[in-house]
Amino acid sequence: MLNRTLPPEFKTIESIEVLQANSSKLNNGIPVYSVNSGSQEITKIELIFKAGMFYQDQALVASATNNLLEAGTKTYTANQLSDQIDYYGSFFECSVGQDYASIALFSLNRYLSESLHFVEDILKNPIFPQEELDIYLSNKKQKYLVNSQKVNVLARRRFSELLFGEKHPYGIDVKTEDFDKVSRETILAFYKKYYHSGNCTIVVSGSLPPNIQDILNTHFGQEAWGQAGKVEKAMPPLTPTTQRQTIVKKDDAIQSAIRIGRILFNKTHPDYFKFQVLNTILGGYFGSRLMANIREDKGYTYGIGSGLASLVNSGYFYISAEVGAYVTKDALKEIYKEIALLREELVSEEELETVRNYILGQFLRSVDGPFALADKFKAIWEFGLGYDYFDAYFHAVKTITPEEIKALANKYLQEKDLIECVAGNPS
Amino acid sequence: MIHFDKFKLNNNLTVIVHQDKSTPMACVNILYDVGARDEDENRTGFAHLFEHLMFGGSINIPNYDEPLQMVGGENNAFTTNDITNYYCTVPAENLETAFWLESDRMLSLAFTDKSLEVQRSVVIEEFKQRYLNQPYGDVWLLLRPLAYKVHPYKWATIGKEIKHIEDATMDDVKAFFRKHYNPSNAIMVVAGNVEPERVKELAEKWFGPIPAGVKPERRLPEEPKQTEARTLTVERDVPVNSIYRAYHMCSRYDDAYHAVDILSDILSRGNSSRLYKSLIKDSQLFSDVHAYVMGDFDKGLFVISGKVNEGVSIEDAEKGIDEEIRKIQHEPIPADELQKCKNKVESTVTFSETDVLTKATNLAISELLGDADLINQEIEKYRVVTAEQVQEQARLVLDRNNCSTLYYLAKKS
Repeated sequence: MLNRTLPPEFKTIESIEVLQANSSKLNNGIPVYSVNSGSQEITKIELIFKAGMFYQDQALVASATNNLLEAGTKTYTANQLSDQIDYYGSFFECSVGQDYASIALFSLNRYLSESLHFVEDILKNPIFPQEELDIYLSNKKQKYLVNSQKVNVLARRRFSELLFGEKHPYGIDVKTEDFDKVSRETILAFYKKYYHSGNCTIVVSGSLPPNIQDILNTHFGQEAWGQAGKVEKAMPPLTPTTQRQTIVKKDDAIQSAIRIGRILFNKTHPDYFKFQVLNTILGGYFGSRLMANIREDKGYTYGIGSGLASLVNSGYFYISAEVGAYVTKDALKEIYKEIALLREELVSEEELETVRNYILGQFLRSVDGPFALADKFKAIWEFGLGYDYFDAYFHAVKTITPEEIKALANKYLQEKDLIECVAGNPS
Repeated sequence: MIHFDKFKLNNNLTVIVHQDKSTPMACVNILYDVGARDEDENRTGFAHLFEHLMFGGSINIPNYDEPLQMVGGENNAFTTNDITNYYCTVPAENLETAFWLESDRMLSLAFTDKSLEVQRSVVIEEFKQRYLNQPYGDVWLLLRPLAYKVHPYKWATIGKEIKHIEDATMDDVKAFFRKHYNPSNAIMVVAGNVEPERVKELAEKWFGPIPAGVKPERRLPEEPKQTEARTLTVERDVPVNSIYRAYHMCSRYDDAYHAVDILSDILSRGNSSRLYKSLIKDSQLFSDVHAYVMGDFDKGLFVISGKVNEGVSIEDAEKGIDEEIRKIQHEPIPADELQKCKNKVESTVTFSETDVLTKATNLAISELLGDADLINQEIEKYRVVTAEQVQEQARLVLDRNNCSTLYYLAKKS
């Protein structure tokens, strides 16, 4: 008779092999990192620039520049570009983060060269037509106004300002009037300064065609392109709030969005790995203490979580949830209670073992497939780290003790150091 | 091409195995043939609430998540108007843990009052977070009952109203489980770095002893043909006027389904699509516009929705949409444009096949639609669609008498 109460035997993950990216250079010196794996004949090519929001002097400029690259070139109109790229079944993707901006092409291998012809043109010869800029800004403004109705968005925007300061490039929040201030000249200047071969890195992944290096050289590597120049920007000092608690009022809200957190550190800090374990216990997975208490015991929320965000020049810890308006205070009380418990009591070996295994399982999932491997590479490359980072991470997760977790909670999670922001109509 | 083995246990559980040695993971996907369309009209939202209760402990295992996390696993589930689907991924060598957990909750749940009470609150907060406390969040709560008068698609998966969720009792929960959660009503897909023989053994071991149960017969009322245009206007505290049009279309089983899907792609897929170029770029009537099929199993909906630009009247915005509809109904569709949509389908399918979980879920859905191998016929079915078929569907579906329109307007302050 089958005994269903006994769990089957299982194995813990003892090592993880991460397929490493190959490093090479194009003829003009652009570094190329390639992850060659996968069974589908597809390729992703991503061109990355230090051109994120950190580098802009005015709100919206970094994202407008990146998004409008495909809005027309010296040779092709925006419509012609999208017609052609779509015809080959390819996908063109723009993305702008705090530190980096990139454009990516996803393509079937058999149409790679055809599609890249247009990506090359988009990158090297954009003209940023005034009319396209006007349409872009007007549509973005509408989206912004819609998003401004969401308590979650209101809390997140205000929280960044509180953490970094309202004028800090990591903290700056877009205001409605910013949409009327972006000029074509500013966009052109930003493009010239940041989009050139000297500021470009290429990451390719997929089941790569054998001549991938030639293909890349043809389109991006023949000679230096763009206006070469140094891309450097010093990190301005932080001017965080001195007020511990802030409310962003939205009268008709039936839920409140909560953000609690503090400035911390990024991946390069010695406590980073171990803090990640602490964070996972608190709010980093479905079985976390915040979920177990505030969702699965009290039913105050559909979801609550915490995380540690890494930026090139900084990092921050945050807890985030949307809770029923009438239980806002109770939810806050329970959140602080869970943090206090981590400061005061040792985590049990069993809970720690679950979290260890969960984290390593997540790690295994995160290196599955060519695109995931490329993302994994970028996650260390952006911080100037090498693949030994993953070994160190693995080791830290395997060896961390309950005492270390408690010490970290005391060091970094004192209530007086945590900034709290609530958007909505808490009663 | 996705290769798979398929077999049935003696208790009628369908099992599909797809081996993919390129991944270190294994994935178990279990689809139950029950969705919001199977609910009682006075107790809606139940299939979804029940999905939450499936994580509240089973007959022999008090907690579902903890043992799964202990072996490095992760899981989730979703409910639609048609199906309820559960999936978990584990490091391949810990596959048996997934079998242990999934078979126990197919056998029976723990049915604790605490779990019901808490999950009712959680789902009510989900209702608020996704449908009530979001701009335009209640669109589908309004549009479904406008488009459907008879068929249970007239309510959303989350339910008609919060009260239905508040009223759910333990008796309801038990009855729902007995009726819908049994091997005869489920499809299991095991995919990833697995050996088919081993999967067979594990399936026999853990699922074999579960009583077969009876597959419930589904007798849903058919929606009568809509014969005149329907409209509903609401004013809300939102910044932008929006239009939502819902047209009746064929079911997912219908031969015409792929032609209708291509129709939506021509109109609105990507920056090269017609609505984007004409209504956002050229006439600038809209800041955002979409056309898409809902993908319903029964006769479903084709939706055109858009956010109207400031200073543009609703009438002018609608004329813009109507003109594009007239064109696609009456002017020949260029061969290039049709080919573009087919190429896009091919690359979308190819990219989706890089992920083992997506493959597992799609295999389960294909099997429910008639045959797991449909997953391998998908690209071909789109490839053979002709311009004439697309145009025929455009005339048939995009008819104003077949349309329900929701005007979701910004409240004037």
